[in-house]
Amino acid sequence: MTAVEEAPLSPAGNPIGFGNMKRVEDQRFIRGEGNYVDDVNLPGMLHSAILRSPYAHARIKSIDTSAAEALPGVVAVITGKTLEGIPRPSLLGDNFAWMPTLSYDTQAVLATDKVRFQGQEVAFVVATDRYIAKDALELIDVDYEQLEPVMDAKKAMEPGAPVIRDDKGQTDNSITDVHGHKTWESGNAIGTAEAIAQAENDPNCVVVTQEIMYPRVHPAPMETCGSVSYLDKVTGQLTMYTTSQAPHAHRTVYAMVAGLPEHKIRIISPDVGGGFGNKVGVYPGYVLSVIGTIVTGKPVKWMEDRGENLMSTSFARDYHMTGTIAATKEGKILAVDVDVLADHGAFNGVAQPTNYPAGFFHIFSGSYDYPHAHCKVTPVYTNKAPGGVAYACSFRITEAVYLIERLVDCLAAELNMDPAELRLKNLLRPEQFPYTSPTGWEYDSGEYEKTMRVAMEIAGYDELRKEQEEKRARGEYMGIGFSFFTEGVGAGPRKDMDILGLGMADGIELRVHPTGKAVLRLSVQSQGQAHETTYAQIVAHELGINPEDIEVVHGDTDQTPFGLGTYGSRSTPVSGAAAAVVSRKVKERARQVAAAALECSPDDLEWELGRWFVKGDKERGKTITEIALLSHGSLELPEGVEGHLDATAVYNPPNLTYPYGCYICVVDVDPGTGQVKVRRFIAVDDCGTRINPMVVEGQVHGGLADGIGMALMELIAFDEDGNNLGGSFMDYLLPTAMECPTYELGETVTPSPHHPIGAKGVGESATVGSPPAVVNAVMDALAPFGVRHADMPLTPANVWRAIQGNPIRVDMAVE
Amino acid sequence: MQTPAPLEEYVRATSVADAIAQLEKYGEDARLVAGGHSLIPMMRLRLARPEALIDINDLDELKSIKVEGNEIVIGAMVRHREVLDSPLLFEHYPIFRECEKVIADPVVRNRGTVGGSYCQADPSEDLSALGSALRGSVVIQNSTGTRTVPMREFHFGPYMTQVGDGEILTEVRFPIRPGAGSAYEKVERRVGDWAVTSVGTFVVVKNGVVEDCGIGLAAVGAEHFCVPAAEEFLIGKAPTEENLVQAATLAAEGCNPSSDQRGPADYKKHLAKELTLRALRRSVQSSQGA
Repeated sequence: MTAVEEAPLSPAGNPIGFGNMKRVEDQRFIRGEGNYVDDVNLPGMLHSAILRSPYAHARIKSIDTSAAEALPGVVAVITGKTLEGIPRPSLLGDNFAWMPTLSYDTQAVLATDKVRFQGQEVAFVVATDRYIAKDALELIDVDYEQLEPVMDAKKAMEPGAPVIRDDKGQTDNSITDVHGHKTWESGNAIGTAEAIAQAENDPNCVVVTQEIMYPRVHPAPMETCGSVSYLDKVTGQLTMYTTSQAPHAHRTVYAMVAGLPEHKIRIISPDVGGGFGNKVGVYPGYVLSVIGTIVTGKPVKWMEDRGENLMSTSFARDYHMTGTIAATKEGKILAVDVDVLADHGAFNGVAQPTNYPAGFFHIFSGSYDYPHAHCKVTPVYTNKAPGGVAYACSFRITEAVYLIERLVDCLAAELNMDPAELRLKNLLRPEQFPYTSPTGWEYDSGEYEKTMRVAMEIAGYDELRKEQEEKRARGEYMGIGFSFFTEGVGAGPRKDMDILGLGMADGIELRVHPTGKAVLRLSVQSQGQAHETTYAQIVAHELGINPEDIEVVHGDTDQTPFGLGTYGSRSTPVSGAAAAVVSRKVKERARQVAAAALECSPDDLEWELGRWFVKGDKERGKTITEIALLSHGSLELPEGVEGHLDATAVYNPPNLTYPYGCYICVVDVDPGTGQVKVRRFIAVDDCGTRINPMVVEGQVHGGLADGIGMALMELIAFDEDGNNLGGSFMDYLLPTAMECPTYELGETVTPSPHHPIGAKGVGESATVGSPPAVVNAVMDALAPFGVRHADMPLTPANVWRAIQGNPIRVDMAVE
Repeated sequence: MQTPAPLEEYVRATSVADAIAQLEKYGEDARLVAGGHSLIPMMRLRLARPEALIDINDLDELKSIKVEGNEIVIGAMVRHREVLDSPLLFEHYPIFRECEKVIADPVVRNRGTVGGSYCQADPSEDLSALGSALRGSVVIQNSTGTRTVPMREFHFGPYMTQVGDGEILTEVRFPIRPGAGSAYEKVERRVGDWAVTSVGTFVVVKNGVVEDCGIGLAAVGAEHFCVPAAEEFLIGKAPTEENLVQAATLAAEGCNPSSDQRGPADYKKHLAKELTLRALRRSVQSSQGA
């Protein structure tokens, strides 16, 4: 089916409903009139800077701040000792030196005993300007006793490894979750082990095992993290402008952490310059700006520079995975078993909403039909920055999709079978939906083969294989890589999901003014997703109000209802559904008012876009604009019908939505230099109903660039001394237009059956789905050299080394 | 936002003589700023903290590309973009265009200068490989006069050159070699990145024999960005594939790369050979006498 009927156009030429519409946000962005946190300047505002640890692991023997305090312009110098002296009247600890993480661990706001990663926060300077604050950092004298760092996750649990979290009384570097578990299992261990053992002993079956690493990368949003905090000592009101993807969640966390009354906290996230998960967590810097205003009585701005952002804020991935896949020789997959070593850094700061502490990783059975799946994840502490779930990853579905899509290609290589054919043999069939996966996920809808055929059609797959064969005969190496991914997005049902006990339903408010113009107040927070455009389109679709007549308000906790924010592709599945539901409530009220005005029963009315009319008498009716005025006017309303035209809603999703897609990447590899050129990228996404196809395609384009970046160049590695080797954009490479081809997009539309408008989340689809397609393409190109796997990023050096049979270990310094 | 350390003085020089006088006035803590694409980022990271900046962007006398006798002369303040676009340079040595095309990105090339690149003396600097390949020279001026230093004697080591306190590099000079073919090869992890390895070559083929050639290599620890043994081997021989391979092998043997995140040493050494071979092949092909 096609998405929806074409919407009629408003006087401004915008669709009154779904369809392409230019982003209203761009009016200010392309004029340079956006308003970001660093643009906020309050009267009397002070600036700040954070002294960070040069070492990955060291004991702090003493800190001398006297010279810094004596520098003219310095207002306050705060250390961990200062924070230990500030009592905190909250349930989560008795002073400010430590704060809870989103995974029930603790994290130092400012180090008191030891530093545990390079870049960790050690002291905080508040000064009259940013330059003086930075000058003062150089005057702080910290006496460190260096300790041996734990940089190799594979060695973190070896006997005698230095213990990182001695603050918690630990004797090793294991991580224990809130349920008391040190390993996190999902699926059927026994059934999977039996199926694999059986296959090993069956001459008609094969078993393939592959070590696959998803190295540490960073979301690297264009805008770094920062905040401006001001505590009004008279009213007790704390106002905080901050780079947050989840303003309401942040407010509640500050209330719990700082013991401040929640009704006195106002969080404002103005324009946010990209998030990708980097702006979900609460960082020490945010807390320090609050402490700064408490201490000085003045507004305090804290804003990271690029190096600070790359070195200290939420990373992503860092999963050492070993996958085993069993199949018949005809290519029917039987079972997959996965063992993961998960590097969580120095504090377990993972943001994820389920009972399963590895997030959504256990969706790794992917898009295929097989009965047995099991995974075991062992998390460890290392002397690296904390975080763990970020970068458009859908709570670790990125790792899961990469694992299964690489494993399937390794299996295809083992079977000497075309990877497309192998996938087509195993894809879930339409009649299996709703489908319950072997690890317990209920996929809502899908017609996978159709989507894959569309992608192969666009690619001209058979011709590509012919071209490859001809080129190989000439000694040229091109590769074709597939990825078929399924995501679960839209966290989440209250019964299954929460973050720090906060449920994941989204509130929304819609008010239609007397003149028929409307304002919609969202709990979610755009970081570039075009909510101001697409949410107006949802209301327009439901009520027939012109989208340009609908103001979308978000990013201010004083002006919007509660909800958990925007990440994990959750806005459209949850808050987008709320927008449809609240519009329908208003529509129902409008019906009551129209019935009163038309002196008929509400049951006698019929809806067409923007208008209720009397059944069988189309001329007799009232438009939504007329009804808006009537509902605010003197019209006598029946008993039980409230005046005005507004409603609120809270949407608790019954399930996640499951977008999916088939991606095909075509690369050319120069074996003499190892250089990879991504020549073509075909992306066919099925995200259900598309509210604004142009916005969807924009998100897909961005995600594909992300994926090409991770596959080919992005990396945070560390040397053995604990130095971060990706701490600037000179070392942490992001792809440019020169590395990205002209994308070839396609779509199929399989609506979500449980979402009010049939939409699914799409924000992360391309980031999740594209890395395996690129890597599979490169491995396909290198097949004549006998190469089956090399870890990302596939830099020229790594590709050349793979050809030599000696791929680089990517998480450590290149040797 | 990054925040440089305090700067005592900023002055705009009005002539080369004035720039030298200012340098002498402020001593060893003074730095010239040309395009600013190396110095300013280093200042922002506080890796460099000069006390005085002497801006030489107004020195029009350093902004021309011209032929003098049998030499091409490029002023120190010529921007990368002008080198890239210069028909004069392209006519004599296509390597200029090939090399500039892969230096950084358009924004940097619009502002960064030839003199600044040579004085920064990054071990991965593409123009250093080019200059060494063409056996150019630089002109250095101080208050007592000027001197000309061959490119192959210009560097003391990474980030260290013959330009001393109170001195300014005013121009670079390249001998014109009629009939020379030239080429530049670079492997980078991403457009705009520093070279993993890069190689520039020129070859003059006459009567079926290599009459002259130059090989310059960046980022692979070649002393003065060159390996003379490889050139000596090739001169006087026929430019056969076998001889080119041998020259490339010798070039790689003369390199001493170190491992870093751009790649391991064995890979860089391989690239030194591979890229030398590729550049030599194309240079031979385009040599007018070939």
